[in-house]
Amino acid sequence: MAYKINASACTACGACEQECPNDAIYEKNGLFAIKADGCTECIGHYDDPQCIAACPADCIVVDKSVPRYQA
Amino acid sequence: MQNPSAQTGMSGMSGTAAGAPASRRIIPIASAHSGAASAGGCSSSSCGSGEGPADMPAHIWEKVKDHPCYSSEAHHHFARMHVAVAPACNIQCNYCNRKYDCANESRPGVVSEKLTPEMAGKKVLAVAAEIPQLSVVGIAGPGDALANPAKTFKTFELIQQSAPDIKLCLSTNGLALPDHVETIKKFNVDHVTITINMVDPEVGQHIYPWIFHNHKRYHGLEAAKILHERQMLGLEMLTAAGILVKVNSVLIPGINDHHLKEVNKVVKAKGAFLHNIMPLISDPAHGTHFGLTGQRGPTAAELKALQDECEGDMKLMRHCRQCRADAVGMLGEDRSQEFTSDKLDAIAATYDPTARQAYRDFVEKERADQRAAEAEKKAGLAGASEKALVAVATKGGGRINQHFGHASEFQVYEVSAAGAKFVGHRKVEHYCAGGYEEEEAMPSILDALQDCAAVLVAKIGHCPMKELQAAGIEPVQDYAHEYIEASALAWFQQRLERRQGATSLVA
Repeated sequence: MAYKINASACTACGACEQECPNDAIYEKNGLFAIKADGCTECIGHYDDPQCIAACPADCIVVDKSVPRYQA
Repeated sequence: MQNPSAQTGMSGMSGTAAGAPASRRIIPIASAHSGAASAGGCSSSSCGSGEGPADMPAHIWEKVKDHPCYSSEAHHHFARMHVAVAPACNIQCNYCNRKYDCANESRPGVVSEKLTPEMAGKKVLAVAAEIPQLSVVGIAGPGDALANPAKTFKTFELIQQSAPDIKLCLSTNGLALPDHVETIKKFNVDHVTITINMVDPEVGQHIYPWIFHNHKRYHGLEAAKILHERQMLGLEMLTAAGILVKVNSVLIPGINDHHLKEVNKVVKAKGAFLHNIMPLISDPAHGTHFGLTGQRGPTAAELKALQDECEGDMKLMRHCRQCRADAVGMLGEDRSQEFTSDKLDAIAATYDPTARQAYRDFVEKERADQRAAEAEKKAGLAGASEKALVAVATKGGGRINQHFGHASEFQVYEVSAAGAKFVGHRKVEHYCAGGYEEEEAMPSILDALQDCAAVLVAKIGHCPMKELQAAGIEPVQDYAHEYIEASALAWFQQRLERRQGATSLVA
């Protein structure tokens, strides 16, 4: 439970949604968001967090309001 | 905005150009157009790489003859639409940014409304109902068609079910292409465009800051190397599968301008059938990396020089308008605003495939007529060694049918004993802005046409006519509503005869 999408920079392209191994990214009213309780920071799946690596707008950041994911 | 009712606002439309031939056939323009003339955008078309059945293998001609983006001749007659179902992209290019919400600019990657595959399927039927010229539906973004494979192929599936005669095509940067060639075959996509700006990663690293591949982001030289290998593999796989490949290249002065000759050689050897070298668009207002760092685009002359150099036995495309990812209509026009999602249901309900078939039959006849007229004029020029550039104002259909003041672009043809060859289009500001003359537009129009010997129009006002003449460009309205190629050649022949007359007087 660690990443969030900066909605003001997001272009709503959905690149992150299709890469997320946890299906933790969803679209609502034309905006994308990360379900904090579904995000594993890709630990155990890939070396890099997929949403961050795929995001063309570089608008996905650590959500400091929740603790980092522990595998 | 261009408005059909404003045509009467042109002042001083007296026709005076010298020596109007009396016996010319005038054939009625297609009546198949439904809706009114296009609003905004230029509604002209042009003939790009000048191909016809004569200089192309029959099986390729059969595939491209109705495709406006692959055949310069077809783009006089047929319309395309892009459906913007593919917003995600897997690479970053320095000439692109991610803003796609502007209805006022036309360039690749820009779109106003994202579509779901279901909405796209409906939109295709709506456009087909309104525009019988529609022959092709493409997926060109606003991201990369194959970076959104589920949405892209679902859209193709829906279109195939509802309008199976429409050709499908897609464009891609090539990174994901090798993974999808089988699916592309399955959906009978017979045209694919790959954007290839380099065949050397050393060059590529200055164009692509990063790629996303195999769950990892790569940067710089490494990224460019992977992209290059995937592009080449994809091109080879498509060629082996018998799918026609057009290669698009963005000409970036100082970065890949000389290198594009090498690109041309390589893609030709690997089986691409058409190469489209496009100018970089780098307006700082678009916010792209190149725009913000002052990288300039090429001049029209630089672009043409490179296209001429690359044109050997491979077709060079010169009629590309660098459309938006949701463009609708003939090339050079954009009617996408007529097909926003709120209107689709009502329009789609009126879909009738027979109108499009009737239009195709009409075009077959018209084309044969056009070619015969050109051949006749060409025969009269045998032996002439001169060449000239001629600008033409046209709204499509292969005819000179637009007022000078309403043109937002002019098509430029090179005329010689070899015939009339389309060599490019020149975008201009409308001289006639909604009924009054826009004097300030004239210097930029003269500048855009400075290398042309004449401009062939349906009508022209007195003032612009005088200004053109003063600039050494002959305004010609004798060929209003006639075929472009045959008329350009007829004008050229007259010019040669006038010159000969003048020379013999001197002698």
